[in-house]
Amino acid sequence: MSDVYVMGIDMIRFGRYPERSVPQLGAEAALLALDDAGVTIQDVEALFCGNLMQASGMVGQRILQEIGQTGIAVTNSSNACATGATAFREGWTAIKAGLYDLVLVVGVEQLGKAGLLGGRGDGRGIPKEGLLGSGTMPAVFAEAGMEHSRKYGTTFEQFAKVSVKNHHHSVKNSKSMYQKETPLEMVMSAEMIAYPNTKLMCSVNVDGAASAVLASEKKARELGMGRAVRVKASVLTSDPYTERDLVMPDVNTCTRRAAQQAYAMAGVGPGDLDLVELHDCFATAEILHYENLGLCADGEAGKLIDEGETAHGGRIPVNVSGGLLSKGHPLGATGVANIYEVSTHLRGEAGERQVEGARIGLTHVIGLGSACGIHILEKVA
Amino acid sequence: MTKAAAAAGPLPVVPFLKIPETGDPYLEGRRCGECGAIYLGERSTCSSCGARDRIQPHKLASTGTLYVYSIVHRSFPGVEVPYVSAVVDLDGGGTIKGNLIHIEPSPEKIQMGMPVEVIFRIAPTKDREGNEYLTYYFQPREM
Repeated sequence: MSDVYVMGIDMIRFGRYPERSVPQLGAEAALLALDDAGVTIQDVEALFCGNLMQASGMVGQRILQEIGQTGIAVTNSSNACATGATAFREGWTAIKAGLYDLVLVVGVEQLGKAGLLGGRGDGRGIPKEGLLGSGTMPAVFAEAGMEHSRKYGTTFEQFAKVSVKNHHHSVKNSKSMYQKETPLEMVMSAEMIAYPNTKLMCSVNVDGAASAVLASEKKARELGMGRAVRVKASVLTSDPYTERDLVMPDVNTCTRRAAQQAYAMAGVGPGDLDLVELHDCFATAEILHYENLGLCADGEAGKLIDEGETAHGGRIPVNVSGGLLSKGHPLGATGVANIYEVSTHLRGEAGERQVEGARIGLTHVIGLGSACGIHILEKVA
Repeated sequence: MTKAAAAAGPLPVVPFLKIPETGDPYLEGRRCGECGAIYLGERSTCSSCGARDRIQPHKLASTGTLYVYSIVHRSFPGVEVPYVSAVVDLDGGGTIKGNLIHIEPSPEKIQMGMPVEVIFRIAPTKDREGNEYLTYYFQPREM
């Protein structure tokens, strides 16, 4: 089977674009990615589009109505917050299968100021939110973090440091929703949303789009491998049965399984990674995923953040883009945007925030419910 | 549910809360006879081991321990905050989520692993037809 290469990739700046439509946002990213690859829509054999909030709205086809209706196969994917990574993987799979040599992937979302997500219940009887606990995302991920506190004594301050780090990283990312420093006292004294997550420890609801052009080895050679990024592993898992997952969505087991499979597929280990973009939907989540991805031993995630090992310049920089916490989390775009970030470093084109000498990177997203998508990417030239 | 039936008494807030004609309300899960996995709500196939038609009703304990919690300060309009969202492991198996009450909503006061009990109360809200609901809460349990 052919290796698969990222030949072009880009994203629009994450922010709020109320005057524009979902297809328009997706189209802008798609054109940027096509230009980056040096190809046109006429060269593209299939489109894989990820969007969550308009999952029944044929978003991929509507993007082609903006950039060129060539009649190609369009697949629209939705997989909660793993939607973008799922669309990317669908494109990877199609090339692996030998069906196509050049495909386009778009992840797009228009969230606006969506407010609290989750917790809406099933609409039967009386509302359960606030009566039978909370199903809102900040509370769900707070409880997941508290499980780590229970096992290892992880503190509110350690969780807060994740947010300080990622906001600090975003200062050098012009495509981030926010580019502001948030010192520890500011993070810890921000409005408490669901202890231990304050407002600055929750990801930002934004609009955004990111897009990638993927090619087979044959096509990549034809286009020129100079800036190509090899997809060393593409893995998708769902949550296996675990004891408490009916009331406490398990984001750990599916991540651990995906990581094991991805490392095996890529023939690398966590020690080989130069940077990681992982799913920091809440500050608590990032701590869990340090261990789930094998960046440190179980129980050592608190120490990892305390010692600055996941900060830019540290042993294994995590979320140098600013992460979902500061760059923003447009659900369907997130998984493609984090592949953009890692690819940009592997190409040596990340400017001021470049992780020097980056050769191998990993991206990770979680869709609650649950889906985990992991990609391992490698510099070619 | 007809209005006549509803008028006879409160409705259960969730299907796994059972209100017997006589005696105290209780929580009822489902247990797989093959692997022992415990569920809330009806099902015919076990999602842990895949066994079919081995699922039986299983009365859940009214005592347990606090596994994890969050203190919720921001919720939807009309929801009183702060409150404690708690995940409780019931004695004898089964994990349920609910509000932990009769405790100060403070990380200094709430201890993960603390013993709790399930209590039943009429919910503060009614549905559009005016039906009352019986709900459950957790409260600290003296050892």
